[in-house]
Amino acid sequence: MKIHEYQAKALFHLYGIPIPRGHIANTPEDTLKAAQAIKKGPFVVKAQIHSGGRGKVGGISIVETPVEAEAFASEILGTRLITEQSGGGGKPVHTLLIEEALLSKTEIYVGIVIDRTKGCPVILASAQGGMEIEEAVREHPEMVITEMVNTAVGLRSFQLNRICYGIHLDAKLIKRLSDIILNLYRLFLDKDCSLAEINPLVVKNDGEMVALDAKLNFDDNALYRHPDIAALRDLSQENPLEIEASKYNLNYIKLQGSVGCMVNGAGLAMATMDLIKLSGAEPANFLDVGGGATTEMVREGFKLLLSDEDVKVIFINIFGGILRCDTLAQGVVEAAHELHVTLPIVIRLEGTNVGEGRKILAESDLKFTVASGLGDAATKVAAAVNASKSRGF
Amino acid sequence: MSILIDENTKVVVQGITGGEGAFHTAQMKEYGTKIVAGVTPGKGGLRHGDVPVFNTVRDAVENTGANASAIFVPPPFAADAIMEAVDAGLEIVVCLTEGIPTLDMISVKQFMKDSSSKLIGPNTPGIISPGKCKIGVMAGYIHTPGRVGVISRSGTLTYEVVDQLTKLSIGQSSCVGIGGDPIIGMTFVDILGYFEKDRNTDIVVIIGEIGGHAEEDAAEFFRKNMSKPVVAFIAGITAPPGRRMGHAGAIITGGKGGAREKIDALEKAGITVVKNPSEIGETVARVLAVRKSTYRL
Repeated sequence: MKIHEYQAKALFHLYGIPIPRGHIANTPEDTLKAAQAIKKGPFVVKAQIHSGGRGKVGGISIVETPVEAEAFASEILGTRLITEQSGGGGKPVHTLLIEEALLSKTEIYVGIVIDRTKGCPVILASAQGGMEIEEAVREHPEMVITEMVNTAVGLRSFQLNRICYGIHLDAKLIKRLSDIILNLYRLFLDKDCSLAEINPLVVKNDGEMVALDAKLNFDDNALYRHPDIAALRDLSQENPLEIEASKYNLNYIKLQGSVGCMVNGAGLAMATMDLIKLSGAEPANFLDVGGGATTEMVREGFKLLLSDEDVKVIFINIFGGILRCDTLAQGVVEAAHELHVTLPIVIRLEGTNVGEGRKILAESDLKFTVASGLGDAATKVAAAVNASKSRGF
Repeated sequence: MSILIDENTKVVVQGITGGEGAFHTAQMKEYGTKIVAGVTPGKGGLRHGDVPVFNTVRDAVENTGANASAIFVPPPFAADAIMEAVDAGLEIVVCLTEGIPTLDMISVKQFMKDSSSKLIGPNTPGIISPGKCKIGVMAGYIHTPGRVGVISRSGTLTYEVVDQLTKLSIGQSSCVGIGGDPIIGMTFVDILGYFEKDRNTDIVVIIGEIGGHAEEDAAEFFRKNMSKPVVAFIAGITAPPGRRMGHAGAIITGGKGGAREKIDALEKAGITVVKNPSEIGETVARVLAVRKSTYRL
């Protein structure tokens, strides 16, 4: 799960990581007041969206006066920002963060993420922080210092030393940076983060280090033990169909094609999308109903497919393991009845209780095209897509 | 022969009285797996069908000689269940649970550092040695005994591949789902090592997917250590770019993780990569035929 910069900064503050003075605002008037409360300009006004790259598309403005901050707020509040990372629809701007603008020559990057191979958190640090960090690192990988953390003993002093000396930090700043990294690590573990990032961390004239930006992502599987974090979720930043899907533990991603797919298991779902593309059609979505799907989940998955107007053909590809085919067939039949489905449906069922599943489909009064095997299914889906095109959809 | 589990494997089911645990215990028994014990704290002394239930894994091992575990415990308690199985000295621990927090799995990895137990999963369909033993949730009847080893990160896609093989009358020695989570027990490389040594495996199928670099590691291992042919499929070649994880994800993966990078690495190492998921079975048949004709010459 993602949260906003201002929410991440509030957590930073709780964990003793210095942040700039600032306030949030949802209206131009409040933006003016927020800037006035900070008193001394220049100010930086930052759109709060769940996407990186906002600075490159006008989501951040540095202004001299509170009135200019208010003017920027009037322009940007209520719009959608489309960034390199946001997807085509962009993300809506409802909240702004107004801060004292801090200018610094030194921009440090600090990140913590899980290293899948080593099975531990890894600290990343570089003296080349800022917007172009990825480009810089691609050309000079040696500019990033990495330290794997043994969670049984924690992040050790010698590792903090290796980071600080590794990025050639001024000796006077070593204690400060070490404290910040330790605190970020503590936050990472306490809140089950999947990513914690400060980019950039700047050095003020008086030597104080401040986190100018803050990014925290959380492990969805651990949210059950962090109700405080779960409460920070901002639904306005997510696709409405994807929100609906997540209510039922369905994994849904909207795509651009016309074949609505319902598949169990992420691997098979991806292979199914590959197959549809190879047969010349385009998937309308990725929908994984998961291993432990219930009749209700299948029904809700079906509703999702039907609520997408781009869907002209439905392809259900289920290989039952944990999900039993009779459960699936029951869900499909109930949903098709309830929703008066008229779209062509191609179904391919295999696995646990497949006999009962096929029987339920056969005994229903609905017309399904039943496919046997992936190759056959691809052919039948392609035929259904062509037929729907010739009917003038 | 087969790898890791066979007809002599004695299984304890952790979470045997739960819904999924009970259903799959019945399915595993029906397949012929020797289920010797179940564990549910507070239900020790009871029986689940004809299977004795114990409060702890240690009790189950002492009383029944179980040497493998199947874990069907809900996510908040699953990491603890794995540690309990490891601590009780079980050789093979298969964790079927999906949704375990990543930090919990990091603790499990730390806990297992000096242990000889082998962990499969979590978030896996399990492992099956067809005709001998199944510890997992896969539909048993799609498998048939034979000489192809299968390793996969995916669940249902593995069933798909096995089904294609069986329909071509190509049997399997063992099929192992290594699990789809960021942090797992045994990897592609570990299982490839077992198949390379297994005298009754002729060829191995790897079913990978985008993300991480397990497939790249497998390619490297194949190049250095394997004499047997390997066929691979990577799911997600047409998938939209994944959700970004700040800069750190991009920095740390350093150009690995995409389907094309994986396919490149595998092909460069000499592995046959299948592009169309409906043609995996046929490709295995073709590689096997070439190998046989080469031997005859």
